[in-house]
Amino acid sequence: MPRFRWWNEETRFAWLSLLPALVFFGTFVGFPFAYSFYLSFHEWNMMAETPTWVGLENYTALIREPEFLRSLAQTAVFTVGITACIVVFSLGTALLLDQKLRWIKLYRTIFYLPAVTSLVAIGIVWVWMFDPQHGLINQALRGVGIDGPLWLADTRIALLSLIITAAWRNVGYFATIFLAGLQGIDNTYYEAARIDGAGAWASFRRITLPLLKPTIVFVVVMSVILSFQVFALVYVMTSGGPAGSTSVLVFYLYQQAFTYFRMGYASAVGYVLFVIIFVLTLLQFKAFGRTVEA
Amino acid sequence: MTPAAPRRHRRLGEPTLPVTVILYALVFLGLAVTLLPYLWMLSSSFKPNVEIFSGTAQLIPSQPILDNYVNAVTRQPVGRAILNSIIVAGVETFAVVVTSVFTAYPFARLRFPGREVIFMLILGTMMIPSQVTMIPTFILMKWFGWIDTYQGLIVPRVMAPLGIFLMRQFLLTLPKELEEAARIDGCGRLRTLLYVLVPLTGPAVATLAIFTFTASWNEFFWPLIVVQSNEMWTIQLLIAQLKAAEATDWGMVMAIVSLSVLPTVAIYVMLQRYFVKGIAMSGLKG
Repeated sequence: MPRFRWWNEETRFAWLSLLPALVFFGTFVGFPFAYSFYLSFHEWNMMAETPTWVGLENYTALIREPEFLRSLAQTAVFTVGITACIVVFSLGTALLLDQKLRWIKLYRTIFYLPAVTSLVAIGIVWVWMFDPQHGLINQALRGVGIDGPLWLADTRIALLSLIITAAWRNVGYFATIFLAGLQGIDNTYYEAARIDGAGAWASFRRITLPLLKPTIVFVVVMSVILSFQVFALVYVMTSGGPAGSTSVLVFYLYQQAFTYFRMGYASAVGYVLFVIIFVLTLLQFKAFGRTVEA
Repeated sequence: MTPAAPRRHRRLGEPTLPVTVILYALVFLGLAVTLLPYLWMLSSSFKPNVEIFSGTAQLIPSQPILDNYVNAVTRQPVGRAILNSIIVAGVETFAVVVTSVFTAYPFARLRFPGREVIFMLILGTMMIPSQVTMIPTFILMKWFGWIDTYQGLIVPRVMAPLGIFLMRQFLLTLPKELEEAARIDGCGRLRTLLYVLVPLTGPAVATLAIFTFTASWNEFFWPLIVVQSNEMWTIQLLIAQLKAAEATDWGMVMAIVSLSVLPTVAIYVMLQRYFVKGIAMSGLKG
């Protein structure tokens, strides 16, 4: 008679092979996640022996800190800008790539290229593209008689320059996701519409868009989540400047933690970021549930 | 997904000539926008600084030179940085593949109490942005004495929830009869996994390996935090500080950036089908 039926050889083997994963995720996700929550109620510069309890002070300081509110607002502007660009241009690109054109596979390959290129490399290349004197963009503008702006050095359009760069990087990636969505739409819908005399625009409005809705929701939420975490581009291209005009949430967090060593305060910033992303992810699940039912 | 299959023209029927012209024009516009930064990077890397700052933007260098590459290798620790990146990305990729296979196996094949809960917990870790766990992980590295070491760069990255998920999905597609035959022949679970299942995981392993290698090669945030000395710079860290240090020498900077971009682009162009598969697979999680 087995003593405990559930504690059999299969269960033992399973838990044994999961042990490394449990240790790993416990150490590098579980512990840091809990510890940063603990830290967010403390003040600590890593020099003092132990963190000092300050209660909710870090969180209340957030609301009063103009720098934080500013980077939060700028993150939101960046996110809305990039997401609008991505929906329009990625869907447009995907529609093009769905056509029967010669060498279409080559085009698909090229459009995806920026997605495998590092953000640091892209950032540096675009700093050089945006160079007011010798960069490609302003030289080209000069060729047609326009005096180009200062781009990254201009407080009013530095954030826009970052949006352009991020859009260049991500449009091809999201176009690939849209393309997969488009190819999942059954051809018979289009054939039926054509027989009924529907034009290209009507087919797009009445068939493509509604059936693509889950993909659109997925792309929007993914884009928002990624944009809220933008860091490398900002670090490399502007370091948050000029005059703080491109400081975004994660850059602010990085500075607070690793320039000023305000570990507790930075952890509170991190938790705000987590809550934002968590809510967005839940919204994604909800939106998916609804579109799938509809 | 069968992107290779010849496709009918779905929305427009057979396009008229003007429509075809517009479509090609749009595609070439998109290609130009995508490729121009790469061409600008490459062309700058072959130009002498005199030409770079001459005030005329020529995409083809008037007389291409290799000086920038020579300067890059002799004046900057490019070789060391690339070596560091190869070590980190290589070890990380190997580790992620191995740990993903072993962790995915019980989720795909065994029945045991707690299976669903643990699986959801592991997937759930993907919802925590890495910036939130970054500070305590840095503190951990300090406690372990791993700041500025290969262990510090690699160990916090040796498992990936997405890798475990992809492997589980793949194992689920393999017929169970294969292992049952081996089990009846008296083969233990571990041997069955190693000698029956693992040899069949080739395509999934390739996809996961390529994704992990590319992501690790391009990773910036964690190396920025854990690395302190120039000797431990990865190639991304080297490039990131070039802007400040060598702002005037754009030819050399573009040479180093070109070198850093080459591996991932080459891997992508050669092994594209695995990328397509990977995108399709990660799309499953939606």
